[in-house]
Amino acid sequence: MQKTLYINSNGRLRRKENTLYFETETEKRAVDIENIEQIHIFGEVDLNTRALNYISQYGIVLHFYNYYGFYAGSFMPRKKNVSGDVVVRQALHYLDRDKRMFLAYCFVESAVYHMMRNLRERKEAEAFLNAIEDEWENGRFNISSIPELMGLEGRVRNIYYSSFNQFLPEDFYMERREKRPPTNPINALISFGNSLIYSTILTEIYHTQLDPSISFLHEPGEKRFSLSLDISEIFKPLIVDSVIFKLLNNRQITLEHFDEDLNYCYLNQEGRKIFIKELQNKLETTVRHRQLNRNVSYKGYIRLECYKLIKHFIGDSVYSPLKAWW
Amino acid sequence: MEYIQEYSELKFQGIKINYLYVCKRKLWLFSKNITFENWSDRVLLGKILHEYSYPKEETKEVLIDNLIRIDILSDGAVREVKHSSKMKEADIMQVMYYLYYLKQKGIQKQGIINYPKERRKEVLDLTPEYEEKVKQALKEIEEITKKPVPPPATKQRICKSCAYFEFCWG
Ligand code: SF4
Repeated sequence: MQKTLYINSNGRLRRKENTLYFETETEKRAVDIENIEQIHIFGEVDLNTRALNYISQYGIVLHFYNYYGFYAGSFMPRKKNVSGDVVVRQALHYLDRDKRMFLAYCFVESAVYHMMRNLRERKEAEAFLNAIEDEWENGRFNISSIPELMGLEGRVRNIYYSSFNQFLPEDFYMERREKRPPTNPINALISFGNSLIYSTILTEIYHTQLDPSISFLHEPGEKRFSLSLDISEIFKPLIVDSVIFKLLNNRQITLEHFDEDLNYCYLNQEGRKIFIKELQNKLETTVRHRQLNRNVSYKGYIRLECYKLIKHFIGDSVYSPLKAWW
Repeated sequence: MEYIQEYSELKFQGIKINYLYVCKRKLWLFSKNITFENWSDRVLLGKILHEYSYPKEETKEVLIDNLIRIDILSDGAVREVKHSSKMKEADIMQVMYYLYYLKQKGIQKQGIINYPKERRKEVLDLTPEYEEKVKQALKEIEEITKKPVPPPATKQRICKSCAYFEFCWG
């Protein structure tokens, strides 16, 4: 029901009476506005305040990406779900050193868990898996500050990324992880996937009472919506990385899906389409939730993670981060 | 603008009375504005019922006393529309609260709960016993919503169809 719209072509979003249309030079398509939760805009799209106001009425979040597919920013309509009470308590958990540390640790713990989960079934990565385990087990009880925790996470992540070379096609060799700007295909893929998951999480946060700018692992203000970065830690390995592995190992994405420009390497339009489709599949894939006894999609698990944080803040139940059991 | 505020406060309190009888946790969460938009069919259904149940009714939301507005008012009665009679007591108390509120304003009304799906209606009068119950309920609401933490979730039959289901049990 809650759909995501990805706009890859150039055109215009226009409101005409009570319908929103996406028009390109050759076609005009009505947008199913009542069932859409977010729109990711990759193409060059014109829209005016009339369209924007209409989109706002439905609480739809817009995410914008530049020519290279790098995340540019989001438009979030005025929030309906505001609870002063929740925000105040969320802030208290930031201000209290131990409380902040607890949450920051939870995010990293889940991230490491999911990284190890990704490597567990790959024989080629066994040595790396062991190295991560050593690093993590030796390090995790000796952390007394957020920077130390970040450092440990960084070391684990480096081992994790360097294991990719063992099981991904040679074309996608990774010297090291580089963020901005990515200069080779694998880094471009990771960056693209990470920014999509970041904005998807931001949309989920938007629908709850959480304040996206109060974070715990990342310093608030590091990026405007740093809570989304915190929660991304959990879902990057769980969702993005598994999509990348699948696309590369099945040769669905190859070097021809990348373009280079000065210092950048980025996915071209065709590559983005393939990636988005696979990511969307993943987000919609459901897994039986043991307590709810219902099927919950990966996207649903993001929402549940937000709920768990709210429950933690209001003193209802202690946060325990997702550790995929399936 | 004052009457608008009073109106929403009235509605707000009415819902809280309802929730007091449905689930105290739900009441607490609602009182802290922890609510979730609903994409579920059930809620949509509720909306549609509200909008289309009484198309011929001239007055859907009427301003009483130039001060307060209540859901549907005609034939001199306060009316609530519910999609099932499962939560009867909660619904009755909600209407009783409206009647009680109006009485404070010097207006005497009858209440009607309509269950269009079941083609039934219930006509209610504010008796002294109910008046006492409403006062009691208002006190209880205050006590519950003042608590720093929500009452723990307890599994009930209604959880499955509650908007908080995933929040409480996920
Ligand atoms: S899910 Fe159950 S416990 Fe939670 S608020 Fe609803 S009725 Fe109450």
